[in-house]
Amino acid sequence: MAVCVAVIAKENYPLYIRSVPTESELKFHYMVHTSLDVVDEKISAMGKALVDQRELYLGLLYPTEDYKVYGYVTNSKVKFVMVVDSSNTALRDNEIRSMFRKLHNSYTDVMCNPFYNPGDRIQSRAFDSMVTTMMIQVC
Amino acid sequence: MAAPGDAPPPVVYTMENKPIVTCAGDQSLFTSVYPTLSLQLPREPMEWRRSYGRAPKMIHLESSFVQFKEELLPREGNKALLTFPFLHIYWTECCDTEVYKATVKDDLTKWQNVLRAHSSVDWLIVVIENDAKKRNKTNILPRASIADKIRNDFCNKQSDRCVVLSDPLKDSSRTQESWNAFLTKLRTLLLMSFTKNLGRFEDDMRAVREKRTEPGWSFCEYFMLQEELAFVFEMLQQFEDALVQYDELDALFSQYVLNFGAGDGANWLAFFCQPVRSWSGLALRKPIDMDKRELVRRREASLLDLRSYLFSRQCTLLLFLQRPWEVAQRALGLLHSCVQELRLLEVSVPPGALDCWVFLSCLEVLQRLEGCCDRAQLDANVAHTVGLWSYATEKLKSLGHLCGLVSEEGPDSEDLNRTVDLLAGLGTERPETANTAQSPYKKLKEALSSVEAFQKHYLDLAQASMDMYSSIGRTRSAKLVGKDLAEFHMRKRSPQKAELYLQAALKSYVAEGWALPVTHTRRQLAACQKLLGQLEDYLQTSSLLASDGHLTEDERRYFCQEVVSCAQRPPDSPGRRILLPLESFAQLRELSFRPAGGAVHVGGTLAVDVTLSSRMPAPVPLEQLGLRLHFSAARGPAQPRTSSPSPCPPPLAARGGSPAPELHAVLERSPSDGDGALASAGIICRNVHLLLRAPEPAPGPDAPTRLVLEDGPHALHREGLTLQPGDNLVSFQTQAAEPGTYTLRQLWASLGPVCFLLPRLPPPAQYDVYSQEPQLHVEPLADSLLAGIPQRVRFTVTTGHYTVKQGDSLQLSNVDAMLVLWDADRRASVYSSDREKTSDTTLRVQASDRVTSIGLPAAPAYHVIEFELDVLSLPSAPAASESIGEAARPPWTTQDAQGAEPRMATTDHKVSIDCPWSIYSTVIALTFSMPFRTTHALLSAGTRKYVQVCVQNLSDLDFRLSESCLLDTEGSADLRLVPLHTQALQRLHSRQTLFFVWELLWGRPPPPALQCRFSLGFTPDAQERAPVALRPYTYDFRLEGFFTLYTVCAEIRPPPGAEHCRTGALCSLEVAVTRLSDLLEADRDEALAQGQEQLPTRLLYEVVDNSSNWAVCGKSSGVFAMPVAARATHRVRMEVMPLFAGCLPLPDVRLFKYLPHHSVHSAQPDADSWIENDGVSVDRPADEDSGSVRSRGSAHPAGSGEHRGLPMPRLQALPPGQVFQASAGRQVLVLPSGDDHVLEVSVT
Repeated sequence: MAVCVAVIAKENYPLYIRSVPTESELKFHYMVHTSLDVVDEKISAMGKALVDQRELYLGLLYPTEDYKVYGYVTNSKVKFVMVVDSSNTALRDNEIRSMFRKLHNSYTDVMCNPFYNPGDRIQSRAFDSMVTTMMIQVC
Repeated sequence: MAAPGDAPPPVVYTMENKPIVTCAGDQSLFTSVYPTLSLQLPREPMEWRRSYGRAPKMIHLESSFVQFKEELLPREGNKALLTFPFLHIYWTECCDTEVYKATVKDDLTKWQNVLRAHSSVDWLIVVIENDAKKRNKTNILPRASIADKIRNDFCNKQSDRCVVLSDPLKDSSRTQESWNAFLTKLRTLLLMSFTKNLGRFEDDMRAVREKRTEPGWSFCEYFMLQEELAFVFEMLQQFEDALVQYDELDALFSQYVLNFGAGDGANWLAFFCQPVRSWSGLALRKPIDMDKRELVRRREASLLDLRSYLFSRQCTLLLFLQRPWEVAQRALGLLHSCVQELRLLEVSVPPGALDCWVFLSCLEVLQRLEGCCDRAQLDANVAHTVGLWSYATEKLKSLGHLCGLVSEEGPDSEDLNRTVDLLAGLGTERPETANTAQSPYKKLKEALSSVEAFQKHYLDLAQASMDMYSSIGRTRSAKLVGKDLAEFHMRKRSPQKAELYLQAALKSYVAEGWALPVTHTRRQLAACQKLLGQLEDYLQTSSLLASDGHLTEDERRYFCQEVVSCAQRPPDSPGRRILLPLESFAQLRELSFRPAGGAVHVGGTLAVDVTLSSRMPAPVPLEQLGLRLHFSAARGPAQPRTSSPSPCPPPLAARGGSPAPELHAVLERSPSDGDGALASAGIICRNVHLLLRAPEPAPGPDAPTRLVLEDGPHALHREGLTLQPGDNLVSFQTQAAEPGTYTLRQLWASLGPVCFLLPRLPPPAQYDVYSQEPQLHVEPLADSLLAGIPQRVRFTVTTGHYTVKQGDSLQLSNVDAMLVLWDADRRASVYSSDREKTSDTTLRVQASDRVTSIGLPAAPAYHVIEFELDVLSLPSAPAASESIGEAARPPWTTQDAQGAEPRMATTDHKVSIDCPWSIYSTVIALTFSMPFRTTHALLSAGTRKYVQVCVQNLSDLDFRLSESCLLDTEGSADLRLVPLHTQALQRLHSRQTLFFVWELLWGRPPPPALQCRFSLGFTPDAQERAPVALRPYTYDFRLEGFFTLYTVCAEIRPPPGAEHCRTGALCSLEVAVTRLSDLLEADRDEALAQGQEQLPTRLLYEVVDNSSNWAVCGKSSGVFAMPVAARATHRVRMEVMPLFAGCLPLPDVRLFKYLPHHSVHSAQPDADSWIENDGVSVDRPADEDSGSVRSRGSAHPAGSGEHRGLPMPRLQALPPGQVFQASAGRQVLVLPSGDDHVLEVSVT
């Protein structure tokens, strides 16, 4: 399903980033980092309008030949970026949305943990396994 | 416009297409009308109502009019729409019935038959009336008749199919009117035809589409079919609808490809799977690419052909729709999906072919857009096109790699072959771009032709996309392109160009905390810096890489080795140092001092323990590890900071991590209930704001701080260390020299010319070197020193900088009241400055009359000599300062009244000590406390007298008391003191009280006063044997007027006839005052004052009941004269009323000496007496004033306010020993009255 899932702090440093296969990790890091450009662009473009509508999903950030990069931003400006293989055509917008929603819920759980310091890297096992399910699930 | 005369088959697929209308009948007539018609038709828009709920549209109709031929009519099965004649018009000018019957009718019938044969129902007959023509004929039918005839003959029910156009070429209102009617009719019919024919066409088309699952179905056929529709819409200027047709085709095709990928392959798709042989890219310059269309029609198109054609049509339509940016957007999607689709369909593509195709296509789209938009528009919409730019750049890059154009050596023969193949696949340049200098085709061909040309094109493209990214604020993307450029430059061996890009990218990654890209970029940078020979930067990058956990162990070792080997290389310029930040190399974890306080005396040894965590993967031999110190000289005489725990720096490990939470328990007690029950309990964290703060991204270690190795004389070094990976404990030893404060400033580790420097130690840590004056302290071992018994005192000599030599001694000047005691085996201990015992010797003490000399053991500087001695303060005799009256009160009541523990009396002894290091004496004050508090009391029983002494132990010790003794110090022989207590040894425990009683016996008339001394031997109970003879404790006091002069006897009798007193009933109180003796010594002065005569003493009695048991009725006090004679008695009787039932004590009767105002004292009033009379005129304890005297109707005997300032009689209290209360302690039984619920009290 997803080949890379990243959670990025408000200040644009990664809180969590995981990708399969691991050998192309670096490529995904670059890709996710670059996608922040578009995230920033979209956030500033939507301004207040979308905040009021509570639309957190940013849609397709940009496609590349092999991957599609989708974005999502929480109200606290934490960004979720998901990279999906382009050949995986079964994934429609709705699926991506629901994946992001799942990710957001799990992230909220992480934040609710009193032992988690906001801003630290996410090391929650529950979060990790949730991401794993999003990555393994083959459509 | 197609002239009606020559009618070529009008199948020209250009934008010039218009719906076809055929013209039959009188051609010359039509030719004459045509100009007006073609001009007028599109002038007015017409609403087109659509089927399937599509929104109605206003369209301007245009048509191309062609001569009617039977061939034009579509045969059955011909689906071409563009050539479809939508309307057939028959023109006639006939106005003559004969002519009509002869020719026109036949002609019309033939025309109608042909139409009917092709089942075409869209026709119109136009009859043109011409007045001029009519006039020439005579046998003219009425105007309408021909038209009517035609209607009658042909339009059996559709009379509107025949229109009359009057004088079309004239300029009259009638002409205008008829034109308008005709045009409206024409438009309506055209639209009806459109609706009908297009509807039928769409239905057919849908039917074909529904058959798509059937085996023989062909996408290309269907494509051509639907495209017809698109063409028609385009012809009608309905670009939106036309685009929809193409989009539907696009989606249909995509879906097939996807299904194919999912295993559901359609047969016709297999055709598109043929290997790609041509990759000439998109062609967007022509509205319709007929070659490609022909390929599609012939089912010979490859996937790329189909996609190219489809997109070129979409592009055309989008441009018509003024949506150029959508073209760019769609183009990117198209290119991506084409690549994906080829992959999905497993089409074999020669390597590089797709890259060529994509590259060409990108440029084609971009150039097409440039062709239709101006510069400003393009600049404003860079965001839409930049993706294409960077995609083209990427593709060119991979082509360059493929064809060996990027490598330093240039392409080899294999590369060249590949290049030739790729170029062959491009085909020839299209004619429409042949004259364009910068056509994509030419660009690609040129770029692939040589290394230089490639470089130029690649750099241009990359630079362009970078600039675009930067201009729209996509800095990260720009950095990424920059990194690609850097890679290119590195391959080209021009690292100086690469460095800039790498640095910029690295800075951005570091700033945003992306570890993996940081590592990767830094590694590239290292290679670049190495090539550039930037030794310093390279070393820094290497050290950072060596400590980078994201690299493999081998890589880290490599970079570590780079650092080490570089350091071992002989420096190119001697003395040059390369300063690098320490953070990348090692981390200072902990720093501590030994001794822990960080304070050391001059000459002492101080160790600084540094825990340095090396981040290198391998052991690193260090030439030198150093700590730079900043020295500030001590101001004034430095003292050691003995309160040592604070200056120790906190462990550095805590830094970097979060601060520890400061938790505090919170207990809240409910304020309402007095028992203070717990209302809530909890924990609060005081530094939440620190803990819950989102960490800022750590600033990069290579933040531009200037590294400067400070110079200075003070530094600590360690040479020849090897730093192991992980924590290393390094200890710096130093001999303290100059007193002052040494602050640790910098830490450096040097390997050859390389010096890793920590420019500032994070929390300022410092140690002090002090020089100390010798000092002597004397302090008691216990909390306080007790007088009278030996007490231990500790002497502490802090030698400071003075060295105590053998023979040095302390000279104590002796104080009389304090003795210094010692044993032969007293020992003195010498401690070093960190409290380690160094020696232990016997103390030599010599005493003379005036001086006690204590020999000190030899001790080096900055040591401490300690020894203990006993001192004994001789108890002094505190005089009884209390007045008799106060002392008369029993001690327990005193304690209760004061409510506080009485403090011990103290005495200070000052000892002057001469020390060997100073010419001045040290004066030491020792405070001793008296363990006892003593009070005395005189007790009377009639005329017999007793002295009571009360000893209270205030200390914590128990004492054994012995040899209690009371002496009359004046030694009058007649007086004897007979102890009534046991003489034996007694124990007095801590905080206890002991009483001693003596009876006072005398023979002759006793003296008026008695000076007494009480003495008591005491030893501490715990001590077995007193080391020296202890002095007894003494207490001096004086007794005055102890002889009983008057006896007061009171008696209460029930009312006559009653057996007992009852409450509320008056009883009689009889007070008898009796003088017991003649004039005595004690009394004499008073008597003498009255002159030589023996006047009777005037006495004042007062009946007071403090406990409110009695109500005194009538006078409660009075003055009477008492003759100075033995047995003289005065009786007073008064009425009292008991207020309560029970055994009541008698009311008090007090006796005072009454001094009239005309006495000697008042005759010569002086200031003192005035003051004495002011306010309180009665010499009696003040507190008794407040006691409520229930004396009914009796004014206070002594004046109060109104007498102020006047000479007044005075009252003098009799000494308690002189009055004996005979009835003290007696009680009277009072019975409750019969009806005690009514008590009359009359107040007068």
